[in-house]
This record gives sequence, C-alpha cells and structure tokens, in this order.
Amino acid sequence: MGAKQFGARVTRVEDPALLSGRGRFVDDVKFPGMLHACFVRSPHAHARIRGIDASPARALPGVHAVLTADDLPASMATNRMPMLVPNPAIAASLTQHCLARDEVCYVGQTVAVVLADSRYIAEDAIALVDVDYEVLPAVSDYRSADNPNAPRAHLTLDNNVASTFRMAYGDADAAFASAPHVFTEEIWQHRGGGMAMEARAVVANPDPTDDLLTVWSATQTPHICRRMLADLLDRDLETIRCIAPDVGGGFGPKAIFYAEEAVIPAAALKLRRPVKWTEDRREHFMCATQERDQLWTVSIAVDDAGKILGVRGTLLHDTGAFVPWGIIMPYIAAATMPGPYVIPNYALDIKIVLTNKVATTPVRGAGRPQAVFAMERLMDRVARELKLDPAEVRFRNFIQPQQMPYAVGLTFRDGKPLIYDSGDYPKAQSEALRMIEYAAFKQRKAAARAQGRFIGIGIGNYVEGTGLGPYEGVTVRVLPNGKVAVATGATNQGQGTRTTLGQIVSDRLGCRLEDIIMTVGDTAAIPQGIGAFASRQAVNAGSSAMIAGVAVRTQVIKLAAQTLGVPESDIDVEDGVAVARGGNRPSLTFRELARLAQGMPGFSFPAGQTPGLEYTAYFTPPQASYCSGTHLAEVEVDPMTGAVKILDYAVAHDSGTIINPLIVDGQIQGGVAHGIGNALLEWMRYDENAQPLTTTFADYLIPMATDVPTCKIAHVESPTPLNPLGVKGAGEGGTIPAAAAIIAAAEDALSEFGVHFAETPLMPERIVAALRAVNAYERLAEIA
Amino acid sequence: MATLKISLTVNGQSYGREVESRLTLADLLRHELDLTGTHVGCEHGVCGACTVLIDGRTARSCLTFAVQADGCEITTVEGLAPAEGKLNILQQAFQDQHGLQCGFCTPGMLMTLTELLRDNPDPTESEVRDVLTGNLCRCTGYAGIVSAALEAARRLRAQQER
Repeated sequence: MGAKQFGARVTRVEDPALLSGRGRFVDDVKFPGMLHACFVRSPHAHARIRGIDASPARALPGVHAVLTADDLPASMATNRMPMLVPNPAIAASLTQHCLARDEVCYVGQTVAVVLADSRYIAEDAIALVDVDYEVLPAVSDYRSADNPNAPRAHLTLDNNVASTFRMAYGDADAAFASAPHVFTEEIWQHRGGGMAMEARAVVANPDPTDDLLTVWSATQTPHICRRMLADLLDRDLETIRCIAPDVGGGFGPKAIFYAEEAVIPAAALKLRRPVKWTEDRREHFMCATQERDQLWTVSIAVDDAGKILGVRGTLLHDTGAFVPWGIIMPYIAAATMPGPYVIPNYALDIKIVLTNKVATTPVRGAGRPQAVFAMERLMDRVARELKLDPAEVRFRNFIQPQQMPYAVGLTFRDGKPLIYDSGDYPKAQSEALRMIEYAAFKQRKAAARAQGRFIGIGIGNYVEGTGLGPYEGVTVRVLPNGKVAVATGATNQGQGTRTTLGQIVSDRLGCRLEDIIMTVGDTAAIPQGIGAFASRQAVNAGSSAMIAGVAVRTQVIKLAAQTLGVPESDIDVEDGVAVARGGNRPSLTFRELARLAQGMPGFSFPAGQTPGLEYTAYFTPPQASYCSGTHLAEVEVDPMTGAVKILDYAVAHDSGTIINPLIVDGQIQGGVAHGIGNALLEWMRYDENAQPLTTTFADYLIPMATDVPTCKIAHVESPTPLNPLGVKGAGEGGTIPAAAAIIAAAEDALSEFGVHFAETPLMPERIVAALRAVNAYERLAEIA
Repeated sequence: MATLKISLTVNGQSYGREVESRLTLADLLRHELDLTGTHVGCEHGVCGACTVLIDGRTARSCLTFAVQADGCEITTVEGLAPAEGKLNILQQAFQDQHGLQCGFCTPGMLMTLTELLRDNPDPTESEVRDVLTGNLCRCTGYAGIVSAALEAARRLRAQQER
C-alpha cells in the first residue's frame, strides 16, 4: 500500500464545524451559576501601591467578590510566577505576581479581580475599586534604559540590565582589521503583537463531585498550563485538567502562561463556582505579550568580490517589565543572523534591558525576523557599495548544498550545536527569482519610471531552526466500534493539526481519515505534552503519529494473522480492515479486532499479545531541523503619500517533506501577511511614560485584504534526516524574511533619490521624511 | 439598569427577551440565545468577526444594541447551511479553497460575502478584496478567502443557469 493521504492536498477535517458556527472556543463554554471576571489593571507604567479599597465595588449588587493578592492561595499570594524558560545568564530573574502586591511595572498589570453575575456588572465594579498609587518614573525607550541616570524599571533593581552575553566564533576583530571593505548599519526594529483574532480567555470549573478542576484556556500550551497551575495552586497534577478547545489563532503570545490563567482558577476554587474571563481587545493590546523591539548596530567586512569576511556588532533587546520566557528571542536572533551565508568570523554582543512595558515573548518568528532584517540590510548595503546585483552578492556567499550538514559555529537555543541538517539555498533563491521574473525587472522598472511610477524589488533569505524538542506524543487506539482514537499533546490554533496528524495515521495504520477521532489540546487525553511554538508540531507530533500508527498496524497484523491462521506477511491493512492475501481473502474489521484485543474475562492472552490495539509514541528530535527560503517582493512606492503597495510576492520555501501542500501554502501565505504588517504597518507605540498609545485596530493597523497579494509559492523540498518523515517546520517561515524583502524593495523603488531605510515598520511618514531630507520633492517638481 | 422587552427573528426562529438596554446584539446572540457562532474580536467595530445580517444587511453586532434589533430579522452563521451536517455553496468553497485556518473570523467573513454575492453575483477580485477590508483575518493572508468568494460566485452562477 502506498501513501494515500501524505503529501496530498487534503481539505481539512476541522472546517465543517468552524464554517457552520459549531466551533467551540473558550468564550463559548458556559455553566449554570457561572461568574464573570474583570481585572483591575494598573493605569500607570510604574507605581507603588499604597493601598486598595474595594469596599464600594463589593457593595455593588451582582458583585460576589473582589480579590486582591492576599485573597489568593498562599503559594500565589506572595510568590512570583515561575519562569518558563530559565537561563543562568539572566541576572535579574524577574516574573510578576499573579496579582500585584506593592508595585506595578507596566500599564495593564493585574492588580485585583472582580467576580460578578455578568461581565457588564464586573466592568461597572472595577471602576469602583480605589487603588492608591504613588506614581514612579518609568523607563519607556529601551535605547536609554541602561543609562546610569535612567529610572529603574523595578524598585528593587540597581540597573535595568537583565542579561548580557556574547555569541561568537572565529576572530571577527582580526577579520575586520585586514578587510578591504567594512560597512556599518544601525537598525531599529519596533514591537508589535501576535493579534490573534480571538483574544485570550479562561474558564475554570471546580467540580466538587470528583474534586477535579477543569480549566479551558485559549492557549497554545495546555500541558504547560496544567503544570503551572499544579505548582501555583499547590494541587496534585491529577486533579487538574486543562483544555485548549478551538483556539482562534496563537502566533506566540498564547504560548506563555499568564497571571490571568492562574487567578481565574484560584477564584473559581475560592468561590466554588465556575468563572469565566474573556479578554477584550484593549486588554490584549496592553497585556498580551509582544515582540520585536531590538536595536542592532552591526558591521560587515567583505573582500573586493563581496565575499563575507566577518560580521560583528551589538544587539540591544527590550524584554519589557519581566522575563517570563527567558532570553530566548535575542538568543535566537543572534543565532539566526548568519543565515544561509558562509560567515567565517562572527561576534555579537547582546544586552537585554528591562523597561516598563508588557513583557516581550515570541511572536511568529521569535527574534528571527529582526536578525534576518539586519543581515539582509547588510547584504543590500554590500551590493550597493560594491555596485553588485543584490541577488549576485547573495549567490557568492551561500553555503552550498554539498556543504550539508553545515556547522555554523554557534550553539542554538536547543542547547545543541547550530548545525544545518539540510537545504539548498542557491536553488531556493533561483526558484524565487524565476517566479518573480527577476531578470526582466530592470525593464519593468524603467517602463514604470517612464510612466512616473516608482517600483522596486527586494530579497530576503533566511534559515530557521524549527521542530524544537523535547517531544510531543501521539496515542493511537483502535476503538471497539472500529473507529480510531488519536490523542496528542499538540494543539491547534488554525494549523490544521487534526488533518495533518490524521493523514499520517490514516496511511501508516491503514484506516479512513473520516474514521479518526482526534483529541488535541486536552491534558486528559495524553499524560505528557508541550504544545505549539517554534514550528515544532509537524516534526514532533507528526513523527510520533507515524511511529504510533506503524506500531498499531503491527499489532493489527499480528492479531489478524493469529486469528485467521495465516502468516503475518500475508496480511494487508487498508480502510480499517485486515485482509489475508491468499485463499478466499478472509478478513477482520477493526471492530472485530478491537473486541478480540480486549480479551475474555478470566482467560489468559496468547503469549506476546498486549491488551488492546494501542500505542503511544513520544518522538524526541536530536536537534532542531533547519528550514530555509527566499522571499522576493516587488513593490510600488507613491512618493507623495509614502504608501507602499506590494505588486508581486514570491516565496521559495524549504520545509522538508510536505504533509499537506494546501495547509503549508496557507501557513506561508498567512505568515507573509504577518510579515507585511511588520514591514509596513504594525508599531505598538508608547509615550515617554510608557503609556500604550495604540490600543485599537484603528490605531494599530494589521494587514487587510487589499494589503496582501496572493503569493507565488514554490516548495524546495530537502527532507531532513533528523526525523522519520523528513519534515521541517512551516509556521513561521512566511513571516521571517518578509520585512527584509519588502523594505529593500521600497528602498530600491526610490533608488534614484539615494534614500536608505533601516527601521521596521517602514511607515509612510518615514518614507516622506527620508525623501524630504534629500530634497526629493524639489527634484520631482523639476522633472514635472 | 433599565430593561426592555424585545422580540426578534434569528435564522427564521422567533425569540422574545427582556434585556438591559446596554446589552449588545452580539452578547444577546451568544450568551442569551446560545448562538455562539458569531464571534467578538475587537468590540470596537473594526475586525468584523461579529458581522451578522440585520434585515438582510451586514452589521456589526458588537456595535449594535440588542434593543436596536427589536422587530428585526437577523441571520447568523448558524443560519447559512441548508441542513444539519451540510454546507452551503459559499461554506463549501471556503473548505475547498482553504479559506480558513483558526476559524474565528470566518463567521463574519461568510456573512459579509453572503451579502456581496447576493448583490453582486459576478464580482471581480478587486471588488471582493475591497468588501473584505471590513473583516480582518490574521491567519490566512486572505488568499484562500478571496479565491473561495470567487469560486462560490462561479458555482452560484452555474446553479442559477441550471
């Protein structure tokens, strides 16, 4: 039997329910007697709390309780929240309290929670909670956070530096000392959000019947949520069940564990009632974690042919007020900078500073978009200075496919040496150049210019570590009715997890896709789990699905052969039936086999038979697998308005073997849309007091249907040897190089004016200011 | 808080309720009538996830008070499918063209496109994109949604001709 589902454009099993209004999101969960929560949040970026008077709020009809820190269980009241990814390089190991005790360090930090009969009443009541704040000076701009006279982000700090470290190999200083050409860029990148269309939400239901606390959370990581709750509530793990039902987009911010996820269950236990909290969009802008604030000062040393001799510089990273996910993003950024290029010498000094803004944690790309933007800006600079074609400079510096596996010389975020397992970077760039008709671009540009239009083209190359461990499990079990239950710790926020894992099990076990009953995102379904981040689920859970599917197939064959009295080698398994190839082709259905596999009460099994047709696999990847690709953007810039329109966009993407091209194309297209937001639109702004200024979709723009072209996509498949399927991640590659390609294209469109852009996002006012600075409008007027 | 008695029709079924004047139509549908297919993504009228049809015209149910819908006929995503377990032509095109990922914005997208395809059975891609600017999607990058709309328009026209 050959593969039927794997590799096919299978439409998704998730869709019919979601298209009919029958999805089940956290805010759809409802219980009799359920209370509704609303949080009292700090209006100040930094303040001391002198006291809280909640009595007027408690007196409001319909309010059941107002809880402050001391009303929480002892383990939550005084302890800070656990750090999710600790690292010895973190000097100031700071996480927040679930409810603030005596100090608040960003606007929106949780101070108290109101529990009421309705959300409407709860919102009325928070206005009646009187918090006596002593406002303190706040750190807003991370670029000055480590000045000796800067305010401290926390009262307890001597300075705002959370961590410093260096990532280096070779001898960059020696390479620079003798290099014929050295170019330096200062690159300023801004923070934005994940902005899933569903904000966060938590429902907690304490059931006294069996002392089980069930928590529904719009999270990417329900198993982590469960472990955190066990610690914070001081409960046995077995008495907590966490469910991530349908989740309306993740993109990173839903991967971490939040204060609200602890407070709502604690409140439910205290009041012995189900409690719901649904975040509104304003709260999401203030309190869901963000990313991308980084300042890079980097130099590249090249020879006369544009070959790279070394890269060195500094990276300043804003972690916000706390460090909940450790120092992962700047670490990944530093490890991503070398990308697909041979860089003999490399040194990057990284400093992570605290500010009075919501913490930064991974957002789709996790440090990689910034690194790729920095590296690709350097490559474009080399091309411009040496008067070389930007594509040619890159071709001259690519790691060649025959150099795989390629050891970069650094240690990646998984603790393993940074070794690219597979990839063909020249091929990917060639594919992308072909799709966008790069060779003919000069003529297109000239023709457009003759019409008074300014078009440009830009390239973004990247290598992305994906499929990070430690593991993700899959259980495959044939049910007595002949259907196949599949359970996984992997979760689904739109990636089509049920479909892709189903495809794998269907092929490997030999059952119909529609007979698979899949449970994702439920800690009751499988004991161990990690969740969705780092483009890891196809690698980890996909491999486990394959291993478990094969194992159960072996059990099916064994039992069928034994029962039918034929050799195991004579049994085929297809569409949920085991058939003997010989004789009159006797067969047994999964329904019959599942019942046989249960055994008879009191009778012993034949030697070697195990109970049920069931197997659980936990695949553990030996290291990250590295996907890669090239993006090419062709854009038009209107110099009068500063508007950038994307005319054409091509992606050549290598995520190894493809399980479902329909889904992978969707991931790439959606990732590019997020990258367009990063390139041109999305800038979470704060004032000098660290007050957030962009807290609606009218102030903070995310790409609309008219902003995102339909991408041309090519798959360059270099299967990884690191897992049995040969798959690499696909969730973030669409986002990672988009800003690099688009902003390079905008710069190219305006090449005759010699303007230079080294900032994300590239807003219209920035383009107009750059054109003004070079007297472009006077020159345009002369031409006109 | 003042309450008012209202009656309205949702997906062909009549409902009478006594509601607070500040209750939004979205919350009435979701939490009083248990029609949770309509989603709330921003509560300030930009994202369009809460889009429903009020007397046949698209409206933001998060910016509409339930009392404003008194006497109106409402259609929500639950009212689109021709029968339990079936999808209509637009819904089917969404599945075929991968027009959804997480599915949160999808109900609003479907309602907006239902109105478009009713009023303009042969839209251009540019017209589809233009009307979709009232609905934000963070997952798909819109490509699948646009092609689903155009595919549904083709199939609807073919059905009309038959």
